[in-house]
Amino acid sequence: MRVVLAEDLFLLRDGLVRLLEAYDFEIAAAVESGPELTRALAELRPDVAVVDVRLPPTHTDEGLQCALQARRERPGLPVLVLSQHVEQLYARELLADGSGGVGYLLKDRVFDAEQFVDAVQRVAAGGTAMDPQVIQQLLSRRAADDRPLGRLTPRELEVLELMAQGRSNTAIAAQLVVTERAIAKHTSNIFTKLGLEVSDDDNRRVLAVLAHLDRDH
Amino acid sequence: MLSGAGVGETDVMNTNTKNGGLRTRVRDVLRAAGRGFVLAVVSLPLAVLCFTLSAVSVALVPAGVGIFTTPWVLTGVRSFANWQRVLAAEWSGVRIPVTYRPVPKDANPWTRTVLMLADPATWRDLRWLPVHMTAGFFTALLPALLVLYPLEGFALAAGLWRVMSKAEGGPYWYTFVPVGSNVTAFAAAAVAAVLLVVAHRYTPSLLTAHFRLTRAVLAPGQAQLAERVRVLTETRRDAVDTSAAELRRIERDLHDGAQARLVAMGMDLGTVEALLEKNPAKARKLLAQARRNSAEALEELRDLVRGIHPPVLAERGLGDAVRALALRLPLPSEVSVELSGRADAPVESAAYFAVSEVLTNAVKHSGADRAWVDVHHADGMLRITVTDNGRGGAVIGAGSGLTGVERRLGTFDGVVAVSSPAGGPTLVTMEIPCALS
Repeated sequence: MRVVLAEDLFLLRDGLVRLLEAYDFEIAAAVESGPELTRALAELRPDVAVVDVRLPPTHTDEGLQCALQARRERPGLPVLVLSQHVEQLYARELLADGSGGVGYLLKDRVFDAEQFVDAVQRVAAGGTAMDPQVIQQLLSRRAADDRPLGRLTPRELEVLELMAQGRSNTAIAAQLVVTERAIAKHTSNIFTKLGLEVSDDDNRRVLAVLAHLDRDH
Repeated sequence: MLSGAGVGETDVMNTNTKNGGLRTRVRDVLRAAGRGFVLAVVSLPLAVLCFTLSAVSVALVPAGVGIFTTPWVLTGVRSFANWQRVLAAEWSGVRIPVTYRPVPKDANPWTRTVLMLADPATWRDLRWLPVHMTAGFFTALLPALLVLYPLEGFALAAGLWRVMSKAEGGPYWYTFVPVGSNVTAFAAAAVAAVLLVVAHRYTPSLLTAHFRLTRAVLAPGQAQLAERVRVLTETRRDAVDTSAAELRRIERDLHDGAQARLVAMGMDLGTVEALLEKNPAKARKLLAQARRNSAEALEELRDLVRGIHPPVLAERGLGDAVRALALRLPLPSEVSVELSGRADAPVESAAYFAVSEVLTNAVKHSGADRAWVDVHHADGMLRITVTDNGRGGAVIGAGSGLTGVERRLGTFDGVVAVSSPAGGPTLVTMEIPCALS
């Protein structure tokens, strides 16, 4: 799997290259600025891009803007955005086109190599990887006044949280140490209670959940 | 209005030098008298002319004609005032600042008239003209009189008294002395001598006094400046206090938080090194603990950074930073932003933290279930309103978060207004003068 990596801090870039190579990714390019990233994405057509939000030359949200632009030109281009801080505002922008293949994680998540690699693979396959903090913020904002959400059992909320991060039933089952059948039952309950259309497609259901959580009151 | 400094100078000159000093002094006195005389004689008709023309021209503005004549007349008044400024500086070292607002060269008569009439300096000019033709005339003429009048007294003593008293058909009055004989003529000479001494001592100071009077009327009010200095001193002290307190807080947070965690991590890693062979299971446990510590240290640093300068603010500017802030609130809110550019970083930061403080207040105390934030820039003013539908009763004062907001914005000459009747809603309006780029 070919990866384009954009990160301006040498130590982190180097660490990410080594980590991804250790898990058999092929690093097509490891760049350190916005313009270089745009060029690499257009010319190398990678399977997935791992991008730091803040990049030179402006040191603002250059990386995010490049990723969004690249996705406008090539819809569905898998992009995993990394940042020192997570903002729902950015998550919203990344999810806005509804085409999947999007990830948005805190840089700290790299500490858990396996989970991080799993997220990269999920995004490359057209899935979603949302940082737990984004989901928690969404849920805590909702919890106060969202009636359907209030009808979920604590266990179902737990499942919802993991599902919204983009985890598959298998992964959720493994994390909560229950059978996949139990998770499937929980998810169908969640969808009924939230009034969402049940879908077999993992990714579409994540986007539906996220859309529900993030819709304006 | 005699200047202490002027008198002091005279004393120094009198004691330090003798004959040469006296000659210089006499020259100074005569020069001051001559200048005062010229000034009085030339200024009076000019001041009357300027004042009359200005009054007529301004009165004719509603009729239309005034629109064309006013800029022309006021420009004349300014030249006259500027001439006085030059004389004041050259003759007496009195500096009168020129504070006219610039008028665009290619502006049409209407714009020029409006701009000039809106300028406080114009009104100071017009106020000065009547003063100049009365008190100004007198103070300018006085030095000349003080020199000339004693000469008449001496002339009387020298024999002129006979001619004068004959012409009068009785005693001729020199000040309070009725001159009608040799004795009274000498008395007149004595009075003249006293006057001459007074002239010798005070003539240059009198001319300076004349220009001081001009400055008092023409220069912008000291009271305004004093008030401005007071406000600046106060806001500067607040700004320094606030930033010192912030630094203390950051230092404490780093010391007790991230720093301590890194120390713990280092110790754990050292222990891991020792345990690697002996007790791998324990080592693994410590490694997991070290990783948790590093994650928590990061989390604390992130919170700290958000408190110093929120990353979204750096990346996106005020509008999106406020949007991101609203998204993190536990209550639903609507944000509307109308900004054509970015303000200076310090202003953005102050505005952001002000909004943050007001919203936090709303969440904590108002019991509101909805909030609205509006950010826009117009007429060189950044205006932010934060509204909530809570129970109201918010005030600026004693320990209220709004006092902090007031201080924060005060540094930038910004103001806060709170409307919060009991029962709500609460409307907090903040204004900061600034330009966008």
